[in-house]
Amino acid sequence: MAIIDWDAYDTAQKVQSGEVSALECVDAALERIASWDSVIGAFLHVDAEGAREKARIMDSTMTREAKAALPLAGVPVAIKDNMVTTDMPTTAASQILKGFRSPYNATVVERLVRAGAILVGKTNLDEFAMGSSTEHSAYKVTRNPWDTERVPGGSSGGSAAAVAARMVPFALGSDTGGSIRLPASYCGVLGIKPTYGRVSRYGLIAYASSLDQIGPLTRSVRDAAKILHIIAGKDPRDATSIDASSVSSEVGPVQIQNVRIGLPEEYFGDGMDSRVRDKIDNVLEQLRSMGARLVPISLPHTRYAIATYYLIAPAEASSNLSRYDGVRYGQRVVGQDLVSMYESTRAKGFGHEVKHRILLGTHALSAGYYDAYYLKAQKVRTLIRQDFENAFKQVDLIVTPTVPDLPFKLGEREQDPLQMYLTDIFTVTTNLAGIPGLSQPIGLADGLPVGLQWMGPPLAEDLILSAAGRLESALTLPQWPMLGGLDR
Amino acid sequence: MSLTNKEVQHVARLARLAILPPEIAEATGTLGRVLDYINLLNELDTEHVLPTTHVVPLLTTWREDRVEPSLPPQVAVQNGPEVLSQMFVVPKILDGGAG
Repeated sequence: MAIIDWDAYDTAQKVQSGEVSALECVDAALERIASWDSVIGAFLHVDAEGAREKARIMDSTMTREAKAALPLAGVPVAIKDNMVTTDMPTTAASQILKGFRSPYNATVVERLVRAGAILVGKTNLDEFAMGSSTEHSAYKVTRNPWDTERVPGGSSGGSAAAVAARMVPFALGSDTGGSIRLPASYCGVLGIKPTYGRVSRYGLIAYASSLDQIGPLTRSVRDAAKILHIIAGKDPRDATSIDASSVSSEVGPVQIQNVRIGLPEEYFGDGMDSRVRDKIDNVLEQLRSMGARLVPISLPHTRYAIATYYLIAPAEASSNLSRYDGVRYGQRVVGQDLVSMYESTRAKGFGHEVKHRILLGTHALSAGYYDAYYLKAQKVRTLIRQDFENAFKQVDLIVTPTVPDLPFKLGEREQDPLQMYLTDIFTVTTNLAGIPGLSQPIGLADGLPVGLQWMGPPLAEDLILSAAGRLESALTLPQWPMLGGLDR
Repeated sequence: MSLTNKEVQHVARLARLAILPPEIAEATGTLGRVLDYINLLNELDTEHVLPTTHVVPLLTTWREDRVEPSLPPQVAVQNGPEVLSQMFVVPKILDGGAG
């Protein structure tokens, strides 16, 4: 195996033992990016010199003992470009933030750097994380490494594609309605959205504050646990971060016979691609043969989740994005007075989808509509949460497909926003309920990846990771992951 | 259709978003279809359901009222499109502002 094939766990161990230098790991990542990113388009910014310099400093100044204390010693990482970094630009893939340089780092970035990770670049996304295909970036198109005519999913499409194409062992994404899990599924990698509040949102550019969470995209379950352990925890700079005992850094053993796994009928109905269904059915059979108890359950308000999400998320976004007014940062379009400056700056700086969501959210919050739309959605959100509370009285975990279909072709859903929105039908529910969800690759159908989603009660990340780890060791995956139809 | 051109124009003004007539027509159509879909929620009787504003029960977070290290002013304003003596410069707002 070459350096780029290692997961973060192996990479750190080999840097700690002195088998390889941090510089060799960073160079391997940078070479991979240089050879393939012109095809894939995962990165908005790569800081090759800065990354090499940090690796050289680690190699030349740190003792073996000092490196052993760094759980991610010398591990290259990519960060979705909606998390702020001092050493690189942050754009959220929007024109309105072109040229912006944050004076501080996001808490997650600080934590990764403190653990020894080396930031190599910032990845592409749908503008302000609003989208399911990464086609709504103001800067570039990201392609799925398994089939470059197809989307990587979104909005963390750059992060998922970079990990799948082995440009980096892991990356960070953010998930508001499925933005980590959907691209993880489409690109054949793991992605976890933690319990709301697990990971500090300080320095994450806000989209919908009551739904946003940061999480890792990885190629192994053990990496997902290790990285989540590092980035999780109470942060005085995010008042919504929760003070809970941390996620375990190692994947614990689990007696799968003792785990009751719920299969919600609403997620296995019509409208699922038969190729996805076959793959999922095979894995369920495998879980059953391993002794897991599969229990049919119902989450009766599932069909209302997308409608609820598309009121709550745009409403919060319309408020969060009011800060982009051309005054304190980002682009400004000069106007004859203050209001025309605001209006022209925002008209020029925001892309089409972002404008639509601002309009939708402003409408939902405006006088005369608030009760009918926003308040109504908050009430249905309660019903969706209660569905899960009731389900978790009967079962320990829930398993579903991550997405009802396979990665779609570039441009295929651009003309029909509603169809694009429905891509997230199986992932939005966990954001609305605040519970953790993980997408795990389970194999290929017609050469394209299929993901299985694990959901658990609040703070059940350890159990989810253990169950996913157990399944991972039982799956016979193709050399996982490989770069689709592209040459090595 | 759940939306009119006039409403979109009104909402765009509230959102401080300059919008051209063809964009208004397009947004009215697209957002109208989304709102038609959203009307699905009216199937549910939610009269006695409490709204969820936050998924985890949150109490007000308190901290000592103490000065912590923070960004120096010149760094805090470094991204401003127009800055003068650590202040953001904007067009005048008193005379002739369309408010």
